[in-house]
Amino acid sequence: MHARVLVRPKAGILDPQGQAIERALPALGFEGARNVRVGRLIELELEDAAQLDQMCEQLLTNPLVEDYEIVEQP
Amino acid sequence: MKFGVITFPGTCDDTDAQLAVGRVGEAVPLWHQDRDLHGVDAVIVPGGFSYGDYLRAGAIARFAPVMSSVIEFAHAGGFVLGICNGFQILCEAGLLPGALLPNTSLRFVFRQVNVEVCDRNTPFTRNCPPRLSLPVKHMSGRYYSPEPVQVVLRYAAGENPNGSQDDIAGVINTAGNVLGLMPHPEHAVDALTGSADGMTIFESIRAAVGDRVGNGEGR
Repeated sequence: MHARVLVRPKAGILDPQGQAIERALPALGFEGARNVRVGRLIELELEDAAQLDQMCEQLLTNPLVEDYEIVEQP
Repeated sequence: MKFGVITFPGTCDDTDAQLAVGRVGEAVPLWHQDRDLHGVDAVIVPGGFSYGDYLRAGAIARFAPVMSSVIEFAHAGGFVLGICNGFQILCEAGLLPGALLPNTSLRFVFRQVNVEVCDRNTPFTRNCPPRLSLPVKHMSGRYYSPEPVQVVLRYAAGENPNGSQDDIAGVINTAGNVLGLMPHPEHAVDALTGSADGMTIFESIRAAVGDRVGNGEGR
């Protein structure tokens, strides 16, 4: 199967990258974007989807500061 | 006494760490793929960019074979000092609480800072003066912990280079044998390059190991 793991900073954790983007958008004439947060997308193909949560907890994310969401695709 | 200094692919401060500890003891290079700690009395996890900082700083180094031995060594009470990337690795390995996030400035910072030693009753700071002048050089030094932690070092007022919570520059585990800090004591060992204050940390470790040996304790 093919899976996507969406990793984002936990709510309440300061995200300076998101802030920088939020400040840059109006400079280009794009108004009204708020709460910009930057995370990462990890795509992988694997045999056993049951292991994916453990992979996320142990390596793909730092659960102390990041949340993740798994999007499975057949 | 023997100080082990780990080298991972991408470590760049191992040579300075070896030179620094070599002034107070014997420096023993430790290789990331070697589980054998060669009987060292303390382990230094030095700075750099282990495994290219891929994914997150310290995330991959934590699984190196040598780290499983370092974790056992720490759980047995052995002294472990993590500097900069070493601090990040110890947090990822769960030997220290918290995490190190990208600097609020989003810039790599490289400057000399004053650091307050707020706990001088640790094996790492017993010989330290109240304030140290040490260099910092990092991209991800913003310490964060949702839980209260035992703070040993803080950036002096107005000198926080990375936005870390409560100006935290260094923390110790509850057992008191694992310390992590972002500033670099191994780059401050000679007045010729601005400060020799970093030596007091390595001298502290030597004294603490000396006491244990004097008391007939193993490591």
